[in-house]
Amino acid sequence: MTAPTSKLQQAVAQARAAGDPARLAAYVPYAQTMGISLLLAPEGPHAGELLGVMRFGEHLIGNPMLPALHGGALCALLESTAIFQLLWESELSAAPRTIGLTVEYLRSGRPVDTFARGVPTRQGRRVANVRVEAWQDDRSRPIAVASAHFLVHSEVEAGKSEP
Amino acid sequence: MSDQTLDAEELARLRELGQRFMRAVPHNNALGLELRAVGDGRAEIFLPYDARLVGNPETGVLHGGAVSSLMDATCGAAVFQALRKPMAIATLDLRIDYLKPATPGRDVIARAHCYKVTRHVAFVRGVAFHDSEDDPIATSAGTFMLGTRTQSRSEATP
Repeated sequence: MTAPTSKLQQAVAQARAAGDPARLAAYVPYAQTMGISLLLAPEGPHAGELLGVMRFGEHLIGNPMLPALHGGALCALLESTAIFQLLWESELSAAPRTIGLTVEYLRSGRPVDTFARGVPTRQGRRVANVRVEAWQDDRSRPIAVASAHFLVHSEVEAGKSEP
Repeated sequence: MSDQTLDAEELARLRELGQRFMRAVPHNNALGLELRAVGDGRAEIFLPYDARLVGNPETGVLHGGAVSSLMDATCGAAVFQALRKPMAIATLDLRIDYLKPATPGRDVIARAHCYKVTRHVAFVRGVAFHDSEDDPIATSAGTFMLGTRTQSRSEATP
């Protein structure tokens, strides 16, 4: 990677150097407002994977009767996690710009912490596609899934980016 | 939305709806959303620019997630306007296309139209913009499950 030029690149580089992706999330005001952060999955089959986490707070509620999380809050977690995934694992010279995303809501979001994992399905020189899943207590029972595509400016040629 | 022709009764109803919308939904309140107009299956919601909702502090552009929440809320409000009786709804799916970044420092308006309601599902389209619907920031298409208060979404079928 060339020397980081933008503040965003610096934030990525510092978070990587510290092995603490939460530092990257802390750079984004909206993530802070929502209670969205990043962590590396602890021991187990998914150890070391980058995960998005949205800590539960009253401000995330969309249906107070159930209560259930707001669809928009889940959408925000999915989109943020996809963007952080691209920033964390690829060499991008600028923040990915969302072209579009489709969210499917599978289960009602309960008032607890929510986790998300983004998996790039294709990364080209200009467009990156990411599949994201969100779950609460049980990773095998996702509450929402999304497919998102982004405009990216990759520093390395397509096909040569790190996995 | 032709709100020029609203009479006092409709205005009072709109105000009451707007207050209920904010009180009842903490996330809408947290984003500072304001229900500005409603009509037959239509809703218009205002998102004031707020530095707390910025995605990249270098550019000051609002995070896509804030626009997504605005879209979800506006589409949901349009569904409520299309229903003959109040009932709980839940987003089933939502597709959002971002046509251009929101301009830093500027408020965003979203309008949505619920153009079809069936027994279990409502279909909605929406658009977000600064000045004109003809110059959109984002467009959306979504479906909502109806009457979800007493059953979980996983058990509900369209």
